[in-house]
Amino acid sequence: MSPTDTAVDAAVSLRDVSMAFGGKTVLASVSLDIAPGSVVALLGANGAGKSTLIKILSGVHTDHGGEVRVAGEPAALQSPSAARQLGIQTVHQRIGEGIVPGLSVAENLVFEELAQRRGNPFLNGRRVLARAREIQAALELDWSDAVLRRDVTELGISDRQLLILARALATRPRLLVLDEPTSALSAAEAERLFALVEKMRDDGIAVLYVSHRLGEIDALADRLVVLRDGGLTDDQVKPFDWDSALRAMLAQAHEVTTARSQHSGEHGDAVLALHGVHLFEGRAPLDLDLRAGEVTGVVGLLGAGKTELARGLFGAEPFTTGTVTLDELPYAPRRPADAIRAGVHLVPEDRHADALVPGWSVAQNISLPFLKSLSRGGLVNTGREDALGRETIDALGVVARDEHSTVEELSGGNQQKVVVGRWLAHTPRVLILDEPFRGVDIGARRDIGRRARALAAEGAAVLVLSADVDEVLEIADRVVVLAAGEVHLDAYGEDAERDRVIQTISASV
Amino acid sequence: MTTTQSSEAAPKATEAPAVSAAVLVQNAVIKYGFIFVTVALFLYFALSEGSFRESATLLDTLRYVSVAAILGLGVTLTMAVGGMDMSVGAVAGLGVTVAAKTMVTYNQVGTVAILAVIAAGALAGLLNALLIVVMKIPDMLATLGTMFVIQGTKLILVDGQSISAGMTQSDGTTAPGKFTAGFLRIDRGTLLGIPISVVIFGALTVVAWVFLARTRWGRVLYAIGANPEASRLAGIRVGAYRALAYVLSGVLASIGGLILASRIGQGDVSAGTSQLLEAVAVALVGTSVLGRGRPNVWGTALGAVLIGIITTGLTIKGLPYYTQDVVEGAVLILALVFSFTLSKRRTA
Repeated sequence: MSPTDTAVDAAVSLRDVSMAFGGKTVLASVSLDIAPGSVVALLGANGAGKSTLIKILSGVHTDHGGEVRVAGEPAALQSPSAARQLGIQTVHQRIGEGIVPGLSVAENLVFEELAQRRGNPFLNGRRVLARAREIQAALELDWSDAVLRRDVTELGISDRQLLILARALATRPRLLVLDEPTSALSAAEAERLFALVEKMRDDGIAVLYVSHRLGEIDALADRLVVLRDGGLTDDQVKPFDWDSALRAMLAQAHEVTTARSQHSGEHGDAVLALHGVHLFEGRAPLDLDLRAGEVTGVVGLLGAGKTELARGLFGAEPFTTGTVTLDELPYAPRRPADAIRAGVHLVPEDRHADALVPGWSVAQNISLPFLKSLSRGGLVNTGREDALGRETIDALGVVARDEHSTVEELSGGNQQKVVVGRWLAHTPRVLILDEPFRGVDIGARRDIGRRARALAAEGAAVLVLSADVDEVLEIADRVVVLAAGEVHLDAYGEDAERDRVIQTISASV
Repeated sequence: MTTTQSSEAAPKATEAPAVSAAVLVQNAVIKYGFIFVTVALFLYFALSEGSFRESATLLDTLRYVSVAAILGLGVTLTMAVGGMDMSVGAVAGLGVTVAAKTMVTYNQVGTVAILAVIAAGALAGLLNALLIVVMKIPDMLATLGTMFVIQGTKLILVDGQSISAGMTQSDGTTAPGKFTAGFLRIDRGTLLGIPISVVIFGALTVVAWVFLARTRWGRVLYAIGANPEASRLAGIRVGAYRALAYVLSGVLASIGGLILASRIGQGDVSAGTSQLLEAVAVALVGTSVLGRGRPNVWGTALGAVLIGIITTGLTIKGLPYYTQDVVEGAVLILALVFSFTLSKRRTA
């Protein structure tokens, strides 16, 4: 596509926009035209590149490849304020980041104008209030002066959201990017937001609407695009074909060669059995057992309860209802230490926040949970620690200079291998892997998958939780579809066929 | 953030030869800069001032810094778990008062005083642990609060008066006891020609180093400081270990108090107050030694020695005592530049 055939009337166009972090491509040549007066929904699983795209549009990531055009002109989005001046306003998911506690509602409404260098530097209550009235009037918020004078922290979460929206609209943007705008709103509050979004569209503003909630997109969007592994995989106009959209979002384009064994129909004994556990309040209780010698894959969208299940079983956030048995004995870990002692190990979802110790070597990161067995009289035997590090490096094929490399020197996939490998030092009874393949290249994925399958073959129960259907199909003997804390499908081998899994997910939304 | 990413994105092969002499020099400066400064200053004072070279002066310097150094070791432990202990000076002061009270007012022997002081330090550490671990008050604020409470408690214990042998007590009687000769030997006595307080400083440094750098408990303390949530998910009882760090810090501070009490020889109510900032300073200076950028025992000990060299050297040079604070503050800031500004640039 040559740059000249840019739709001249597009509010904002992306041309071959790409971005890489640490050698890993997160956006690969994305081209997209967003027309004025339209709502374009952007879908994608975690790690698909959505937030990178948003950060490019809002001027946070400046070193990207390709070109962004605003109203047909090449635009340099060199900073968040440059993006705003070019008419691209972004409302980020975390509302807390947009408001300033301690200032009044009115001051928050005019905050961006206050933050700019031009204009009268002295705050004048009456002038601020007058401007705040104008801004809120544009959204028909009908806030009285009394409300405007309050401290912003007295506003509820939805009113804060509206405040930020009003502030964004005060600059008459060309493009408004809304990132998961309803994630903190109730249904009624979301309705109010939708009415506003429709009004903006009718006013000729282009809206890029990022959401996991398919119902909202169905009601609101004129067009939807799907991002997966950094590329656009689907582009539809209303009426939407949801099966196709979900396939584009969750499944790989190429056919996967399933590494899993064909199951004989004989199931192992239940190692871990859950009865009447509520993952979310007000949802049906969950009954599930994990069996010896099997890899159970739990697949579901964001908010399905996967992480709640994993953290509950590991005692990181103990279940408040129901019972769990481990090898037919009651099992109620109150903290991770209890779970580890019982042989239940967790590879958490976010390896940087929840697993790796920054600045430490590979060997030290591996030995952390089982330091006691490497110590005598409290003194750490570093010779044995290094040997364990080397064993893990060999067993999982970690690409590292040696066991003394710091974890920061490793690529994401190799960091993940370290995090998985630390739990294999003491053979677990149950190994839980929460999104083990996020930001992990295909080679590392294979290595980790092979090791998990070998562990199951030795008689352990392995639980893999992922939003990616193909990842789960690749590794699991048994596939469980989870939505809003409830099981929608529980099938083995042939019965867990890909289309059926995707259809179950799409029906459960 | 962005700079880290872009440097990672650069192809590795072309980067390797680009690790130029400049980078090597910078790394060496970060790693050995502080040791170099210490040695250079030592040589400067030693060559220019004859009296600085005398072993008595050098031992006196170490004796002088031993209290701040031992308190600094406690601060180092709390910094390892990602915290801070602002109460160490007050705990040392409490130690002075408790020692005086035990020996002078209650006429007990030195051993009892030592046990009472250490118990008081452990108790103060437990109070800090309770506030920080159980009640979730930020470390700096909690220990600032206990600092005032401990200073106040100390005054109440002695009715606001310094305790000395033969003093008239509030009920009109004369205090029955005195600082025992054995207790006074802690700071005034020597072992093989080395002041006992310096021996204690050296021994505690070695013990603290083994504990923090060589045992699994020390490893766990560092893990908690670097990533508490990952530590919890690795099965570590984070709360218990943080509590341990504060209790150990309290005990170390009380040992500093013992030396101080032995040095002063009476229950001075103002003792310990000035030790806090020096203790925190040496621990912070310590983070820059060897370019670790994290609290470490040898760094803290070396930081204390450096401050000792500077103060003694400048005193011999005739600089008035009231300029010391400025000099110590400047050293601290220089150390912080090493730990933060320069080492950050290296990782970028």
